[in-house]
Amino acid sequence: MGFYIGRRLLQMIPVFVGATLLIYAMVFLLPGDPIAALFGDKPVNPGVAAQLRAQYHLDQPFLIQYLLFLKGVFTLDLGNTFSGQPVIDVMARAFPVTIRLTVVAIIVEAVLGIVVGLLAGLRRGGWFDSLSLFASLLVIAVPIFVIGFVARYVFAEKLQWIKASVGPDPTWGQLIIPGIVLGSVSFAYVLRLTRNSVAENLTADHVRTATAKGLTPGRVLSVHVLRNSLIPVVTFLGTDVGGLMAGAVVTEGIFNIPGVGGTLYQAIIRTEGATVVAFVTVLVVIYLVVNLLVDLLYAVLDPRIRYV
Amino acid sequence: MSSFQTDGKPLRIGRVGGPVLSRRDGLRGALGAAALLALSACGGNDEEPSGGASSSGGTSTEPVTAWGGEPQNPLVPTNTNETSGGKILDAIFAGLVFYQADGKPVNDVAESIDSTDAQNYTIKIKAGQTFSDGTPVTASSFVDAWNYGALVTNAQLSSYFFEPIQGYAEVNTEPPTAQTMSGLKVVDDTTFTVALTQPESDFPLRLGYSAFYPLPASALTDIKAFGENPVGNGPYKLAQTGAWKHNERIDLVVNDTYTGGRKAKNGGLNIIFYASLDTAYSDLQSGNLDTLDQVPDSALATFESDLGDRAVNQPAAVFQSFTIPQGLANFQGDEGKLRRQAISYAIDRPSICKAVFQDTRTPAKDFTSPVIAGYSESIPGNEVLAFDAAKAKALWAQAEAIAPYTGTFTIGYNSDGGHQTWVDATTASIRQTLGIQAEGAPYATFAQLRSDVTDRTIKGAFRTGWQADYPGLYNFLAPIYATGAGSNDGDYSNPAFDALLKQAAAETDAEASQKLLQQAQEILFQDLPAIPLWYSNASGGYGEGVADVKFGWNSVPIYDAITKQA
Repeated sequence: MGFYIGRRLLQMIPVFVGATLLIYAMVFLLPGDPIAALFGDKPVNPGVAAQLRAQYHLDQPFLIQYLLFLKGVFTLDLGNTFSGQPVIDVMARAFPVTIRLTVVAIIVEAVLGIVVGLLAGLRRGGWFDSLSLFASLLVIAVPIFVIGFVARYVFAEKLQWIKASVGPDPTWGQLIIPGIVLGSVSFAYVLRLTRNSVAENLTADHVRTATAKGLTPGRVLSVHVLRNSLIPVVTFLGTDVGGLMAGAVVTEGIFNIPGVGGTLYQAIIRTEGATVVAFVTVLVVIYLVVNLLVDLLYAVLDPRIRYV
Repeated sequence: MSSFQTDGKPLRIGRVGGPVLSRRDGLRGALGAAALLALSACGGNDEEPSGGASSSGGTSTEPVTAWGGEPQNPLVPTNTNETSGGKILDAIFAGLVFYQADGKPVNDVAESIDSTDAQNYTIKIKAGQTFSDGTPVTASSFVDAWNYGALVTNAQLSSYFFEPIQGYAEVNTEPPTAQTMSGLKVVDDTTFTVALTQPESDFPLRLGYSAFYPLPASALTDIKAFGENPVGNGPYKLAQTGAWKHNERIDLVVNDTYTGGRKAKNGGLNIIFYASLDTAYSDLQSGNLDTLDQVPDSALATFESDLGDRAVNQPAAVFQSFTIPQGLANFQGDEGKLRRQAISYAIDRPSICKAVFQDTRTPAKDFTSPVIAGYSESIPGNEVLAFDAAKAKALWAQAEAIAPYTGTFTIGYNSDGGHQTWVDATTASIRQTLGIQAEGAPYATFAQLRSDVTDRTIKGAFRTGWQADYPGLYNFLAPIYATGAGSNDGDYSNPAFDALLKQAAAETDAEASQKLLQQAQEILFQDLPAIPLWYSNASGGYGEGVADVKFGWNSVPIYDAITKQA
């Protein structure tokens, strides 16, 4: 087990270097001159532009820029945004609220998705199954910004349960509605995955054996059906974490939550390399760690899987 | 502004340009103010609001909550060139002059600004002025701040504002051969002189722009700390150290040491940074926000009925056009003149303003803006801005007789700025009227469009816009159409036009100068280096909790004059 984790951690190093190099190259190759854009429609002052280029190492060749960035990663100096703020401060503001929003979304989609999926799977073809199928298809079919705008209109403007503008430092209560919006599409997938997996496992040999042994239906369900059925669900949730964090730009925009998605979107628009690479790097690390946890969870869920 | 909008639409005021969040509008200008009227007894204070209403009855000392966005740069006057930071600076600083709602300059810190030749100015400031930290505002506060802004090694984005001053060339080359501009001289504590390299009669008009604000001595010793916690001399000041909460808000309280014409009539100003205009509009309607400078696109059709007389929809100092480069094949010489006029006649501006913008644009009548003193809608030659299909066809046919047109007429634009709808409508109007191929040429980002324009590699016409830095006609013409000017992206050059500009700059009588600039525009209507389209409107609104809300010439509410209802 320890050896396995160590090997996985070591594997992260080349993935980390490769991912950052690729992202850095992509930002570098983006067309357009970010320094010129700083001046807007106004004439670019060549002297000032040269100063700024030197300040952001934009006058250096690509590899030097990348090495300077790597050096910065290890000295915890990720450079500055074009507005002169340290990128690390920007991350310290953006990540906490996005992580909390993601946690709410994951809890919503996991708990609701598994419970509803289980009930639907147990009575396959029944009215509840049909209803949940219809509901999940509806959620998947409707774009998330429609769900978001409707939710904001109903809960913030009509019912006034929440503020339309959640802001950067919300209470957990204020994050529930945005979290439901953010997790809604994934909820539908979790539901479908759980439902199919449960329905399939119900007819599996080991479940029939367990029932034949005289185990109570509750034990058969929780230990032999649900546990096995969760493997695809957990895999999906693991990959979903990264997607939720970076992809919350729509939800964050609708509820005015200044998180990772919006900051990243802006940084890409401005070709602000330092910010883009730093944010994506952290997302890559989170993604790698979460997927390691997911792999370790497999062993818990399925006794046939053992890591050595 | 800087908030991003998820739909990628641009903020409508302000430039004309960039992606939403990163609009670099040139100007925001000062909060103008109806402020002379404001000298009466009211007065905000920066204490916690108490239960009772204040002395003037019916008004409250609660702060006004205003829409805003995260500033793109540290809050240093010479390094802020976009509206989000600009509106904060205008609230916490007072310049030599400020602008009234109609753009008319009124002395703020200045006692007098005198010149006999439009080239050498003597500026006297009022005695006894202080920054909010108690240090005095002196002539050096201005001279040192301007020298800081101009010095190339300080890399200030607004450094070009100091270009007219003698000695700018020495401090703004790399490496600089001088540290200070020779044209600035401190005479005594309240007097300094400015020598320009050539006559510029509207120089005093520019002095209300944020780049010309004074700085306290403490700013120059640690500009980084100052950019986070600026200390100014304006009607407001930061509520406390760290009042700028990034991406969230900035809270300003009334600065009691300010004695100028913009004394605040409310208890403070809380500027909230929104990521989405839709959210801000929701907050406005539910009473959580007092002023909104621009309504979201989704509310354009309804905001005037939603808000009633609390809706604001007035032309702004923003001129929109597209530029046809001088070097473009078939658009040169006499043939080019005919084709340019034909294309202008072929665009149905009123219909596009109505259909695409729900009348939140005003069809152009000149090359400037209706909110600028000296604006005229009857400049000879401006009939080319009317839609006239027959005339367009006839002119195009004349051009065809000189040389046949081949290819496609394109208008380049950045698709991150919400420009596609009007570009498509405009090219459709040209296509249908003239029967030629015409279409939009989208660029993914503003930066991409600008670099192709700057490198002169763009093929075809391209979207151009100008937001005035200060309310003067000259600012709409000289930087864009003068030979070799910094924003002359189409490489237009006409000696007669240049001569009129020069004459206007040397003319110290404002009205005479404006006349000359109108004559200069007659030449532009002949040559059409750019095709004028429309002026952007300030389309905003305010909440039920506030009164006396007026939008300034720069489309930003005049915050100091707003009263909050008890």
